[in-house]
Amino acid sequence: MNNRVVVTGIGTVSAFGNTFCDFWTGLAEGRSAIRAMKLVPPGSVRFPNGGEVPDFHASSYFDEKEAMMLDRFAQFASVAAREAVQSSGIEFIPELGERTAIILGSSGGGKTTEDEGFHSLYALSQPRVSPLTIARAMSNAGASRISFEYGITGPVYTISTACSSANHAIGQAFRMVRSGEVEVAITGGSEAPFTLGFLKAWEAMRVVSPDTCRPFSRDRRGLILGEGAGILILEPMDRALARGASILGEVAGFGMSSDAFHITQPSPVGAARAMRAALADASIHAEAVGYVNAHGTGTTANDSTETEAIRSVFGEHTEKLLVSSTKSMHGHALGAAGALEAAATIGALRAGIIPPTANFNEPDPACDLDVVPNLPRAAEVQWALSNSFAFGGLNAVLVFRKWLEP
Amino acid sequence: MSEELIARVTGVIAKTQKIPPESVTIDKTFEELKIDSLDGINILFALEGEFDVDIPDEAARAIRTVREMTEGIEKLLAAKAEAQSQA
Repeated sequence: MNNRVVVTGIGTVSAFGNTFCDFWTGLAEGRSAIRAMKLVPPGSVRFPNGGEVPDFHASSYFDEKEAMMLDRFAQFASVAAREAVQSSGIEFIPELGERTAIILGSSGGGKTTEDEGFHSLYALSQPRVSPLTIARAMSNAGASRISFEYGITGPVYTISTACSSANHAIGQAFRMVRSGEVEVAITGGSEAPFTLGFLKAWEAMRVVSPDTCRPFSRDRRGLILGEGAGILILEPMDRALARGASILGEVAGFGMSSDAFHITQPSPVGAARAMRAALADASIHAEAVGYVNAHGTGTTANDSTETEAIRSVFGEHTEKLLVSSTKSMHGHALGAAGALEAAATIGALRAGIIPPTANFNEPDPACDLDVVPNLPRAAEVQWALSNSFAFGGLNAVLVFRKWLEP
Repeated sequence: MSEELIARVTGVIAKTQKIPPESVTIDKTFEELKIDSLDGINILFALEGEFDVDIPDEAARAIRTVREMTEGIEKLLAAKAEAQSQA
């Protein structure tokens, strides 16, 4: 028999700061944390703004040797995991470590480390790069770091599906806990894309906004990159209740699909199939859903395509649906996006407050949804979806349920 | 527009799209040439290199034909020449 899967710990590192409290408070107030970038020289790329993690000092969390071994993206993963594990109250004794999985998403892995290596090679004409380059840059470095900290000796791996990485990771972890394959899962994603070489690649794609991220707004001009990590602790409901844990929410379903269509253009058909698959996995009707945390990147193509997909899945119920993109406040954290947005969605269900789509100026007929513009809205919602759609046409959708004390 | 400018622009488009140069003529639309959004930004990148200009996103977004592309490059080259003469 399948377990019901609950969330008993959340940790985030984001543009709002280094805790889930910072993150949720910012979203619930509808504040945008998008600011001028400081991690690359001003004027070095065409877009000036990003959702950088402000004031992140590795020395506050790691000794010098540890910090040296970890790229920024792995440091984020570790810091968010510590907060999540602490809030769950779980103590990982060796027997439990063996029955625990860590599944994280990351799109780029250690981009900062790679860029530093290439810089020393090509710009400084150094004949060699740091021997730590491979160990720091590999995309599984964050998951591995967490395994060392807690002695997690079960399945540990990283999923890399661009902007859907974290949703694929959380979905996989959810299914392993639901089936009983593992007892506990540490899951989510982390990303640190603010490095000149990688930003130049985004600049060349011409999808980054020159000012800010305005999802679903007629005058939207593209996405704004973000960074950070989101980590959730998942365990069976019965286990959490038995140990008297504080339950924050429930993961109720997961659906995925591939467009098999175009490497960068989104497809409403594939996105809709993933949403339908997630609803079917949760055994609920579309009418039960009150809130969708949209992929909502703020690009012309995504937002109109996602609107079409949502309308095709929800039909007349779309008129009652609240849809918002929190990327308008924390930026698009790529392989961490789904994890931060899972934390946002659980926060919304718990608090009965829907975080808004910030920076919204004017409705677009091609995005005719209630996008909760600019101001947070009080709403008691039982079921919510969180969408992630990746370049490469890979779609992953999670279903969350508000936790009600039995 | 000079014949030389047209030839350089159509040449860049043909080379980037990996299609025969004679298939790219001034009155073709991007749709007719099967140029999608990703192909489009790849062409912009190649044209920026060919003519040593920066093509702003906003201006690029509206371009749908080889003629509009060539006219856009012509304007950017004129602006560049003027900036250089004032320098």
